[in-house]
Amino acid sequence: MPWKHKHLLGLESLSREDIELILETAKSFKEVSSRDIKKVPALRGKTVVTLFFEASTRTRISFELAAKRLSADTLNIAANVSSTSKGETLLDTARNIEAMNVDAMVVRHSSSGSVLLLAEGLKCSVVNAGDGCREHPTQALLDMFTLQEKFGRIEGLKVGIIGDILHSRVARSNIWGLTRLGAKVTVCGPATLMPRGIEALGVDVCYDLKKVLKQSDAVIALRLQKERQQDKFLPSMREYSRLFGINQAKLSEGSDHLIVMHPGPTNRGVELSADVADGKQSVILDQVTNGVAVRMAVLYLVLGTKTE
Amino acid sequence: MATVKIMDQEAIRRAVLRMAHEILEKNKGVDQLALIGIRTRGVILAQRLKNAIKDIEGVEVRTGILDITLYRDDLTLVGTKPVVRETLIDFDITDMKIVLVDDVFYTGRTIRAGLDALVDFGRPAIIQLAVLIDRGHRELPIRADFVGKNIPTTKNQDVQVVLGESDGKTDEVIVED
Repeated sequence: MPWKHKHLLGLESLSREDIELILETAKSFKEVSSRDIKKVPALRGKTVVTLFFEASTRTRISFELAAKRLSADTLNIAANVSSTSKGETLLDTARNIEAMNVDAMVVRHSSSGSVLLLAEGLKCSVVNAGDGCREHPTQALLDMFTLQEKFGRIEGLKVGIIGDILHSRVARSNIWGLTRLGAKVTVCGPATLMPRGIEALGVDVCYDLKKVLKQSDAVIALRLQKERQQDKFLPSMREYSRLFGINQAKLSEGSDHLIVMHPGPTNRGVELSADVADGKQSVILDQVTNGVAVRMAVLYLVLGTKTE
Repeated sequence: MATVKIMDQEAIRRAVLRMAHEILEKNKGVDQLALIGIRTRGVILAQRLKNAIKDIEGVEVRTGILDITLYRDDLTLVGTKPVVRETLIDFDITDMKIVLVDDVFYTGRTIRAGLDALVDFGRPAIIQLAVLIDRGHRELPIRADFVGKNIPTTKNQDVQVVLGESDGKTDEVIVED
């Protein structure tokens, strides 16, 4: 089935076939990054702008490398130096950038739905690099790509998502994507950080980390924002780490093939102990490698689509 | 719609066998020789040439798979992006004698893309071109070194190469008006 989306705003609106096409395309792009000459001319002459209103190193660099390896020209704009800090609205900033004939804008913003606003107001393609608590589609895609690489399939896999489910766009995108591809998802975290009614998205809820580790093929540990303690969601970081942090002792109760993933940046000693983060069951750096391939696939597909 | 069968299974088999002999003759054996097929049917033909060369010389030459999608010159013109598949060349092509293999040789644009893709992998000593069908109408200054069959066609005709491995049917080459 051909790709027909001009933007990538989230996985909620994608079909199973769409997601599978991205993952399949990413497989070819992974090979490009392993060559001596890591560049193909597919997007020659296209301009990709990364517009980030939140701090990010990994995601921004990953998008930039992805665009460069496809021969597109890239431009990075960080929020603190952009004119939104002078009072310009988000849409005005974006329209001004677009007026310089930009083909795609990769956007991260702290407001959920901000990318939807941009997609409606702009003529160029918009790729969501994380909007508030809503979605972070390319992170979920690279998680799924990594799972497919490790297990050869996603259908039927048991995946646990551990941590602050309430505020996590990574969790939400993964839930949409994984369930659509037939994985069995269990979310696990403190009750204060568990959205009410999340079962409606087709996931199981469990508050016992050990149980989740025992039954899962893979677990995704989410980054815990330290501000959450000040916001009274957590009694203490220590308690969180004791109940929901993954250490080697807890991990060894799970199956041998269990893999541990993390979207980064990791709070060592909070979500993951150092020996787990660096251990042989951790695929965190594979995720980073795969991120470039997945983002190449997304830019390639999105930038080719003509609008009706 | 008139269809004419230009080659049958036997004719294709003989053509591949002759091309294998020609490749060996021109390259004086199998030293540093490798075959790289362009997806999809070029890959199958490269495999058949490899088998033929093995029957003649008793040596297995290396083969690779090339997907030229990302190097097409019409990528920005087509509405939906064509599906990209994996390129698989698991050896260093630098200083090797590379025979690029494809099924139908037409405008030459596929081969142009293939050449661009190949040089991104290394610097071969020589690149040669083997095609099963040469139907003419070149739009670029490229020619084939080894040709299975030349067929005069008009631009509105369609040449189809059917190969058992990819199409699940008996080998044939047909021209459709």
